[in-house]
Amino acid sequence: MSKKHKKMLARILLSALFLAAALLLNTEGYWRLAAYLVPYLIIGWDVLWRAVRNILHGQVFDENFLMALATAGAFATGEYPEAVAVMLFYQVGELFQSYAVGRSRQSIASLMDIRPDYANLEQNGELIKTDPDEISVGQTIVVKAGEKIPLDGVVLEGASNIDTAALTGESLPRAVQPGDDVISGCINQNGLLRVRVTKAFGESTVSKILDLVENSSSKKAKAENFISKFARYYTPAVVLSAVLLAVLPPLVLGGAWGEWLHRALIFLVISCPCALVISVPLSFFGGIGGASRQGILVKGGNYLESLAQAEIVVFDKTGTLTKGVFNVTAIHPGHISEAKLLELAALAESYSDHPISRSLKEAYGPTPDTSRVSDVEELSGHGVRVKIDGDAVCVGNDKLMEEIGVKWHPCHHVGTTVHVAVNGDYAGHIVISDEEKPDAKKAVAALKALGVKKTVMLTGDSRAVGESVGARLGLDEVDAELLPAGKVERVEQLLAQKSKNGKLVFVGDGINDAPVLSRSDIGIAMGAMGSDAAIEAADIVLMDDQPSKIASAIRISQKTRRIVYQNIVFALAVKLLVLVLGALGYANMWEAVFADVGVSVLAILNAMRALKSPPANQPQNPDTP
Amino acid sequence: MKKTFKLRDLDCANCAQKMEDGIKKIDGVQNATVSFLTQKLTLEAEDANFDAILKKAVKTCKKIEPDCEIIV
Repeated sequence: MSKKHKKMLARILLSALFLAAALLLNTEGYWRLAAYLVPYLIIGWDVLWRAVRNILHGQVFDENFLMALATAGAFATGEYPEAVAVMLFYQVGELFQSYAVGRSRQSIASLMDIRPDYANLEQNGELIKTDPDEISVGQTIVVKAGEKIPLDGVVLEGASNIDTAALTGESLPRAVQPGDDVISGCINQNGLLRVRVTKAFGESTVSKILDLVENSSSKKAKAENFISKFARYYTPAVVLSAVLLAVLPPLVLGGAWGEWLHRALIFLVISCPCALVISVPLSFFGGIGGASRQGILVKGGNYLESLAQAEIVVFDKTGTLTKGVFNVTAIHPGHISEAKLLELAALAESYSDHPISRSLKEAYGPTPDTSRVSDVEELSGHGVRVKIDGDAVCVGNDKLMEEIGVKWHPCHHVGTTVHVAVNGDYAGHIVISDEEKPDAKKAVAALKALGVKKTVMLTGDSRAVGESVGARLGLDEVDAELLPAGKVERVEQLLAQKSKNGKLVFVGDGINDAPVLSRSDIGIAMGAMGSDAAIEAADIVLMDDQPSKIASAIRISQKTRRIVYQNIVFALAVKLLVLVLGALGYANMWEAVFADVGVSVLAILNAMRALKSPPANQPQNPDTP
Repeated sequence: MKKTFKLRDLDCANCAQKMEDGIKKIDGVQNATVSFLTQKLTLEAEDANFDAILKKAVKTCKKIEPDCEIIV
C-alpha cells in the first residue's frame, strides 16, 4: 500500500467515526446538518474540489462532478446519512480499485522483471559495474554465478548452466561453453562466464522483448475498442436519462419532485463506465503478461483476442514440426564401400553450406581434404558437379541423374535421396532425413482438442517425405514441393476457404517465410531466441521451438476472452439492473454505489485471473464465452 | 517521430481514454496512446512541430486530469 493509499484509509476511518457519532447524536435542524457535513467534507473534499476545478476546465461528465452532484442532491433532499455513506463507499471503492490495479500492474511488471540493472565490464583487468546501456559491441563483460546476463554475446571463457526460464518458460537449464551464444535476460546459474558483447543493449533480446510487451497495449483488441466507444456514449446517455427522470415524471404524472430527484441521483452514481474501461484492457494485459511468462510473446491485444478463433493452422515443415537438422539415415552403395560413397559425397559437397551438405560432412566425420577437389560447379536445384582425384563426380537429386543420363534407382527409405555418379556410372545413394520434434504430434492433437478444424503442413520437400511426416503427425493436409511463392498462394487459397470469423494461423521459423507470416491472420514465429527477423515479422513469437506452445497460446487466448466477456456481461447487466430498479424506485443509493465501484472491483479481480496461465491438460471449449 | 513519456498519478482509466481521444485531435498528431496500465503516453507526431505538439498534449492532459502529469 502506498503512502497515498494509507492517507486515504485514514480519512475513511476518520469519516466513518464522525458518521457514527452523527448517527448517535441524533440532533435536530442545523446542528444535524452540521454533524453530517463534518464526515462528508472529511471524505469528500477532494471530490468536490476536483468537480469544481474540472467544470472550470469544461469537463462536464466527469466522475467527480457526478458524485458531487449525487451527494449534494441527497443533502438537498434531506437524506444526510445517505449522502455521507455514498461518498464514503465511493471512496472505499476507489481506494480498493486503485490498490487492486496497482497490484496487478506490479505483478505484470514482475513477470517482466528481466531487465538487467548492471553489467560487469572488464577493462584493463579490472571489473567495473556499468549501466548495460553504456557498453558497446566488442567489449568484454563478466557474468558471475546468480547474475543476469545483461547483453547478448558469445562466451569467451568459462562453462555454466544458464536458466532461460524468464524468457522461454523452459525450466531445464542450458549448458553453455566457450563459443556458445548467450542471450540477455537469462540467469547464469553456477560458473563464471567471460562474454564478448555482440549486440548493444537497445538491440539485445531483453530490450526487444520488453519493448514488444510494453507496446502491446497500443494494438487494441476489438473488445477494447468496443468498450472505449461505448464509454463515450454511456455517460452522456445516463446523465441525460437522469435529467429526464428528474423532470418529466413530476411534470407529466404530477409525482413528488423529491422522490424523482432521488431516483435521478441514483442514475448519476452509476454513470461511470470505469469497471469496463479498466477491466477489459487489464484482462488482455494480464493475458499477454501470463503468456510472456511461458516464452510466448504476443504483440497486441488484437492478436491475443483473435487467436482464440483459430480455425486453420498452417505449419511450415522444416524447423517448425521437424528439427531442421538433417541426418544421414541410410547409405546404399552400388559397387563401392559405404565409407567410400560417403567420402565422395562429402568431398563433393565440401564447398557448400546447404543443410544437406552439412549433414553429409557431419556423417563423414573428418574435415574433407579439399585439395583433392577441383572444378566445383554448383547446379542450383540439382546438385553439384566436381572433379575428385581427377574423376568426374556428380552428387545430387533425381533431376541431376536424368540430366547427365545416369541410370538411377529410387530408394525404399523415405527422405531426401542424394545420388552419386562417378565418371557417368551410378555409384549409389545416400538417404538423409529430418527428425520430427518430440512434441510435434502432441501439438497437432492438442490443437484439434482446442477446436482447430484443419491443420495443414506446407513444405518445399518431396511429396513422399511430406506425406510420411504428415501421416505420422496426424495432419489433415500436406502440400509438398512448394516454392516460397507457392506457399503464399496456398495460404491465400486456405484464407478463402475458412469461415467468416475463423482465423488462419501460420507457424514458421520466421527466417524465410516473412511474406506468409504477414499474409495470414496471425503469424507465429518460433525458435526466436536471438533471431531478430522472426521477432519483426510475426504477430506472436515463441521464444523456444516447441510447437506445443501454440496450443498453450490458444488456451491463454481463450481464457482471456472468456474473462473479458464475463466482465462485459456482468458489469453491463448489474448496471442495467440497478438503473431499471432505480427508475422504478426499488433501488437506493447503496445499490447504486455497488453497481459503480463494487462492480469495478469485482471485474478487476476477475481480470487478474488472466495472468495465470491455464493448465495444459484441460482442453477448454472455445464456444463458451 | 515516435516518443514515449511516463505519466505520473494517472488514476482513472476513463480519464486515460479521454486524454488519448483529446491528444489524437491535436493538429499534427499521427497517433497517440495513453496506456493506463503501463502509465505511459506514446506520441507519434510530425518531426518539425514535435515540441509544440507535445506542449499542446501536456495542456490537454492538464485540462482533462489536472492531477496527472506528463514527465517530459
